[in-house]
Amino acid sequence: MKQTTFLGYRRANGAVGSRNYVAIIPVDDLSNAAVEGVAHLAPGTLPLPHPYGRLQFGEDLDLHFRTLIGTGSNANIAAAVVIGIEPNWTKKVVEGIAKTGKPVSGFSIEGHGDTETIATAVRQAREYLYYASELRREEVPIADAIFSTKCGESDTTSGLGSNPAVGVAVDWLVEHGARVIFGETTEITGAEHIIAERCVNDTVRSRYLAMHENYQELVRSQGVDLLGSQPTQGNIAGGLSTIEEKALGNIQKTGTSPIVDALEPAMAPTVKGLSFMDSSSAAAEFITLMGAAGSVFHFFTTGQGNIVGNPVVPVLKTTANPHTAQSMAEHIDVDISGLLSMEMTLQQAGQALLDMMFRNLNGRLTATEVLGHKEFVFTKLYRSS
Amino acid sequence: MAHGFLIHDDLDHVGVAVRDLQAGESVTGVYQKSLKETRITLREAVPLGHKVALKNLNQGDQIIEYNEVIGMATQAISVGNHVHVHNIKSVRWA
Repeated sequence: MKQTTFLGYRRANGAVGSRNYVAIIPVDDLSNAAVEGVAHLAPGTLPLPHPYGRLQFGEDLDLHFRTLIGTGSNANIAAAVVIGIEPNWTKKVVEGIAKTGKPVSGFSIEGHGDTETIATAVRQAREYLYYASELRREEVPIADAIFSTKCGESDTTSGLGSNPAVGVAVDWLVEHGARVIFGETTEITGAEHIIAERCVNDTVRSRYLAMHENYQELVRSQGVDLLGSQPTQGNIAGGLSTIEEKALGNIQKTGTSPIVDALEPAMAPTVKGLSFMDSSSAAAEFITLMGAAGSVFHFFTTGQGNIVGNPVVPVLKTTANPHTAQSMAEHIDVDISGLLSMEMTLQQAGQALLDMMFRNLNGRLTATEVLGHKEFVFTKLYRSS
Repeated sequence: MAHGFLIHDDLDHVGVAVRDLQAGESVTGVYQKSLKETRITLREAVPLGHKVALKNLNQGDQIIEYNEVIGMATQAISVGNHVHVHNIKSVRWA
């Protein structure tokens, strides 16, 4: 493939996006109503309601802020309105997003009430809509973009077909200077030795293995194992028997590139190449973390038919399962079931994914966008105080 | 299609059905890496995406797929058997 650029949005900090949203972001659960109010009065904005942000503390609170600020900073967002109950935390999120140089304003509800807050914030939101509507797509290199990948409702067709095909696409992206993130800490159980071996140096390797071991320890500390949930009922129905088998299929989508970094949840990758992120394997949580880390495009493989989407990150969905490709066609952007019948090679399937990726990056909507899937789900590390 | 299952690696103990396979059927499998072929007779039905044994295995034997260990046999398994949660289990979290 010769094409290495797409028509994207170049932001003030140099980051490139494939979408151009004006986001309305609540700092906390209490502010969702005002956020929805603003979005109702300023159609065309993107409200991002979520259920957290009160009485969190420590690492969990850090991750909450990182997710909010990271999402607002995502290059798919042109400008952001932030609404919180208290002024201080609202300001913290606004200042975090402002570092990107994009327009952002904050509004707090205490002392004003919802109605007055909505009235003030909506005027700002409309100004941002005018601003965003005049931004134009320009030719930007793949090398300036961040991508991510995960599989869901996997079955053995994922390991046989769709995951190695994404692996071909990931290798191509890395080869052309892009940053690509994968993760799913628990789901790599049984294949962690292969990932560890691919880490670029001992520092990254020991950080990755510590993340892996921490998750194993968390599971053990609960006095349980994950055998009841990993593989999932859907995985088992699809023919996956053990977590090791699921893991070995899972990592096929990471291709063959060296792993250049092991990132904390919602941390943006700074090094070009393929990075691991410590993350849950739950699809909506995972893609939300990827959006917060700056991913502007996500490759999602499915076997049995996961339907997840994200409000900020377009999600390309592909399957090699011929039943799913047929029964859930409306959710599938690229049908690569020809891999199973050997009518298609892995190289051809990888190419088909990249072809659709370019169309999506240039503005074509993905199936998840057309279907309105906007799952925005925070990772919460422990209960609030 | 001529083949009924695919095998990731030449050393694997199992193949993965690419269509619903019937008991008693004689089926060709293709090794994905080498494109070599093998032929076995199914002892039982194996649905699309499920695994079929290519090797006779004893209880306690490791099961190899992707040229890696994916679990161990909880009972004896014969060539042509359906391989799944009823006869193999994880060696992790155990």
